[in-house]
Amino acid sequence: MSVAERYEPNAGAEADAEEARRLRETWKSRSGLIGFLTETNHKKIAARYLVTAFVFFILGGLEAFVMRLQLARPEAHVVGPDLYNQIFTVHGSTMMFLFGVPVMEAVGIYLVPLMIGTRNMAFPRLNAYSWYVYLIGGLLLYGAFFLNTGPDAGWFCYVPLAGPEYGPGKRVDVWAQLVTFTELAGLAAAVNQVATILKMRAPGMSLSRMPLFVWATLVASVMTIFAMPAVMAASSLLALDRLVATHFFNPAEGGDALLWQHLFWFFGHPEVYIIFIPALGMVSAILPAFTRRPVFGYNAMVLSIVATGFIGFGLWVHHMFATGLPQLGQSFFTAASMMIAIPSGVQIFCWLATLWSGRLRFAPPLLYVLGFVFIFVLGGLTGVMVASVPLDFQLHDTFFVVAHFHYVLIGGAVFPLLGAIYFWFPKMTGRRMFDRLGKWSFWITFVGFNLTFFPMHQLGLQGMPRRIYTYRAETGWGDLNLLATAGAVILALGLLLYLINVLSSWRGGALAGNDPWGAEGLEWSTTSPPPIYNYQHLPTVSGRAPLWEQGDDQPVVVGLRTDRREFLATRLIDAEPDHRDTLPDDAWAPLATAIATAVTFIGVIFTPWALPAGMILTTIALVGWFWPKRDRPRDWMEEQP
Amino acid sequence: MRGLHSALDAAGPQAGRIEDLWWIFFSVCTVVFLLVLTALLAAVLHSRREKERHRLPGPERNLTRAVGGATAVTVILLLGLLIASVTTGRAVGSPAPSNSLTLEVVGHQWWWEIHYEDPLPSRRFTTANEIHIPVGLPIRIKTRSSDVIHSFWVPSLHGKRDLIPGYPTETWLQADRPGVFRGQCAEFCGAQHANMALVVVAEPPAEFAAWRSAQLQTPPPPATALQQRGQAVFLAMPCPACHTIAGTSAGGRIGPDLTHLASRSTLAAGTLPNTTGHLAGWILDPQTQKPGNQMPAIALQADDLQALLAYLESLR
Repeated sequence: MSVAERYEPNAGAEADAEEARRLRETWKSRSGLIGFLTETNHKKIAARYLVTAFVFFILGGLEAFVMRLQLARPEAHVVGPDLYNQIFTVHGSTMMFLFGVPVMEAVGIYLVPLMIGTRNMAFPRLNAYSWYVYLIGGLLLYGAFFLNTGPDAGWFCYVPLAGPEYGPGKRVDVWAQLVTFTELAGLAAAVNQVATILKMRAPGMSLSRMPLFVWATLVASVMTIFAMPAVMAASSLLALDRLVATHFFNPAEGGDALLWQHLFWFFGHPEVYIIFIPALGMVSAILPAFTRRPVFGYNAMVLSIVATGFIGFGLWVHHMFATGLPQLGQSFFTAASMMIAIPSGVQIFCWLATLWSGRLRFAPPLLYVLGFVFIFVLGGLTGVMVASVPLDFQLHDTFFVVAHFHYVLIGGAVFPLLGAIYFWFPKMTGRRMFDRLGKWSFWITFVGFNLTFFPMHQLGLQGMPRRIYTYRAETGWGDLNLLATAGAVILALGLLLYLINVLSSWRGGALAGNDPWGAEGLEWSTTSPPPIYNYQHLPTVSGRAPLWEQGDDQPVVVGLRTDRREFLATRLIDAEPDHRDTLPDDAWAPLATAIATAVTFIGVIFTPWALPAGMILTTIALVGWFWPKRDRPRDWMEEQP
Repeated sequence: MRGLHSALDAAGPQAGRIEDLWWIFFSVCTVVFLLVLTALLAAVLHSRREKERHRLPGPERNLTRAVGGATAVTVILLLGLLIASVTTGRAVGSPAPSNSLTLEVVGHQWWWEIHYEDPLPSRRFTTANEIHIPVGLPIRIKTRSSDVIHSFWVPSLHGKRDLIPGYPTETWLQADRPGVFRGQCAEFCGAQHANMALVVVAEPPAEFAAWRSAQLQTPPPPATALQQRGQAVFLAMPCPACHTIAGTSAGGRIGPDLTHLASRSTLAAGTLPNTTGHLAGWILDPQTQKPGNQMPAIALQADDLQALLAYLESLR
C-alpha cells in the first residue's frame, strides 16, 4: 500500500482541483431537509451539538437568574416553593446533563477528527444518533417543565424523596428518563471518540505526539464508559421502583436508601471530571498559540490527565460524609480526594512554566486562560477543604459547596470553553471574533462571576443550607445574597456580550485565513472553515507541533479512493498505517432509531409495555441501520486502483 | 464571625475542634492561593521580557526543577492537611461520653420530633422543634427519619448528620456556654425544606432542670371558662387526629406534640415566632405561611378561635 508518498504541490493543479471535486462529491451531504435529517458529517453534527448545548446553557442560566432574584431578599415571593424546587432541579440537571457533558463532547466531535487528520468520526451514524437522542432527552425535560411536570427532587434525586411514596406524579420519572437519554447519548459519543482517537490518527501521530486536547477527550471518553453504567443502573432501579413497585430503595421493604447515593455518586463524581478534563485540554491547546511555545512538560501533563481519570473514580464517598459511614472508610476517601489535587497542581504548575517562558500575546483566549487559573485554583483549594471529613460536616450541603463547585465548573470548564470557542471560532466559521468586545465581555464576566459566587462561601459558613427557596430576615443572610444577585446581573451582562460578539462576528467578522493565531495544531493547516472532507490530502505527522516543525515537504497520505468514503486506519500506539476502510453513507437510520428509542424511553414513563413494544421498533430501525448496501459486495471485489 | 448559626462561632468542643481545623485549612489555602497568583503575575511580567521567539525550546532544567519543587511542596502540604483532618475527625467522631444525656431526634416532613430518653419511663417526654440542653453536659443525639432523608445541623455546636430512613445513627454534642443556637435541615427534603428549622437552647443546669420538670408535668385542666371552651373546640375539630396533648384524649402522632406548645419560641419548625397573632394565622391558614405542609386550614368562628387560642396559650 503506497500511503506516504511525497506530495508534489506543483505537479498538476488541475488534477488537484479534479480530486477536490470528487472528494466533495463523495463526502457532501444531501441537500435540503432530507440532507438535514440524514446528516452524518462530524462538523455538522458538532455544530448542532454546540448550538443545542448553548441553548440549554441559556435556559439553565435563566433558571439560575430566577433563583438569584428569589434569594436576593429574605422571604421574597418571586416564585413559590413548588416552582423553585422544579427550577433548581431543572437548572442542575440542565447544566450537568444537557450542557456540561454535551458541550465538551461537541467541541471534541468537531475538533478531534481535524486534530488527528482524518475525515470523519469512526461511527458517523452513531454520532448523528447520539445528537438526536440528546436533543429528544432535553426536549422531554423542558416539555415537562413547561407543563408544570418538571422534576423537583434535585439533580441528585435522592430516594426516598424521589421514590413512589414521596414523589408522586410523573415528575421524577421525567428526570429518570432524561438521565437515560443523556447517558445513552454520552456513551455513544464516548465509544465513538475512543475508536476514532485510537484507530484513525494521521500516520506518525503516535500516542506520544497526540495533542493534549485529544488526550483529554480520550480520558474523558473512557471515564464516561465506566461511569455511565452506574447511573444507568440507578435510574433503571428507580424507574422499576416507581413503575412496577419493586423495592430496591424502600427501607420499609428491605430496600436501601443509601444504595442510591453510592450508585449515583459513583457516576456523579467522575461526571465532574468528564466535564472539566476536556476543558483542561482546551487550556493546553490555547496556550501554545499565545505563548509562542509548546506547553511545558508534555509527559507530566499526559500523566496528570490519566491520573485524574483514575483517581476520579475513588472519590464518590466524599459526597456522603454526613451519612455516618465508618471512619476508616471516610479517611480513605479524604486521602483520595486530596490526592487528586496533585495532578491538578502539576498541570497548573506546567501552565505557569509555559507562561513564564513564553512570549505572551494578550488576545481574549489567553485572558480566559488566565481567568481560569485564578478561579480554578480557588475552586480547587475549597475542594481540598470539603474533602476533609470534619470540615465537610459543616460545609456539606451549604452555600459554601455551591460556591465551590461553581468555581470549579464555571472557572474550570466554562472559562476555558469560552476561550476555546473564541480560539476555534475562526476555524469553524472562517471569521474572527471582535477582540475589543471580547476583552470587555471577558472582564465583565470575570468580575460578575466572582461577585456572584465568592460571597456564597461566607453564606455557607454562616449556616445557609443549599436548595432553600426562602430564608427569614433574622438569619442575617440578606446582604450577601443581595450582593450575589447583583453579581449575577453583571455576569449575565458579560455572557450576553459574548453572545452578541459570536452572532455579529459570524456575519461581519474579519476573514480569518487558515491559521489566524499562528498556532501549531494540525487543524490550522486546512481552510477555515474546513471542507466537508477536512483535508484534501490526509496529513502525516512527525512531531508534537506539526505546523511549527514540519516543512512543506512533509509527506501526505495518497492512494485513498475518492469515489467512496475511504479513510486510513492506523495502529493504536505508533499510528503506523494499518489498512483502508470505508465509512458508511448518510442515512435515515440514526433518526429512525432515535425515534424508536424515544418512544421506548418516554413510553415507559406511562406503561411497562412500552419496553417490549419499543424493543421491536428499535430492532426494525437497527435492521435498516445495518442493511448492507447492494453495490458494496461487487465493489469490494474490484481491483483496487 | 458571629451569627445565630455560624460554623465559625463555635459554642462547644465539637464545633470548636472543627473551627480550629477550618483556620488551619484556611491559612494554608490562602497562602497557596497567594503564591499561585504571585507566580502567575510573575510569569506574565517575565514573559514580556522574553525578546526572541523561541518556539521550540530545548531542555529546560530550571523550569523542570521549579515544577518538581512546587509539586513536592504540594504533596507535603496535602499530607499535613490530611493528618490534621484525620486527627480532628477521630476527635469529633469519638463515642459519646458515658455521662451524657440522650435525645432522639426524628425527622419529619417538615419538622423535628424530639424524645428525651431516660431509664425511668416516667422521666421520658416528647417535644418538637426546640431542644433544651444543660451547659457543660455531653448530649448523645440518636437520629432517625420517619419519611425522607433530613440532616440535623446546629452549626455552632457540631457539623451535620443525615437522618436516613433505615439507618439510625448517633453522634454527640455539647454546649460550653449558654445561648440560643439555630439549626436548619441541611438535606433537601421536599417542598418545605427551607422552613425546617429548630432552636437549641443551652442553659445553666438549674434552669434546664426546671425546664425538664415542667415538660414532664401533665398540664392542669383548663382553668377559665374560655380555656375550657377552647379545649372542647380542640377536641371537636380534626386537631386530635394529628396532635397529642397529654391529659386529654388527643393522641395523634402525625404532627408535633402540643402538650407544652406555649413554652416554645417558634411555630411550624422555626417558620413563625410563637405569638398569639401568628398562632391564629397559622391555625386558620397554614398553607400560606408554609405551602405544602401537612396541616389543613381549620375554619373557625371568631369566638371559637379566641377560645382555642386561650387554651393553647395556657399549655406552658
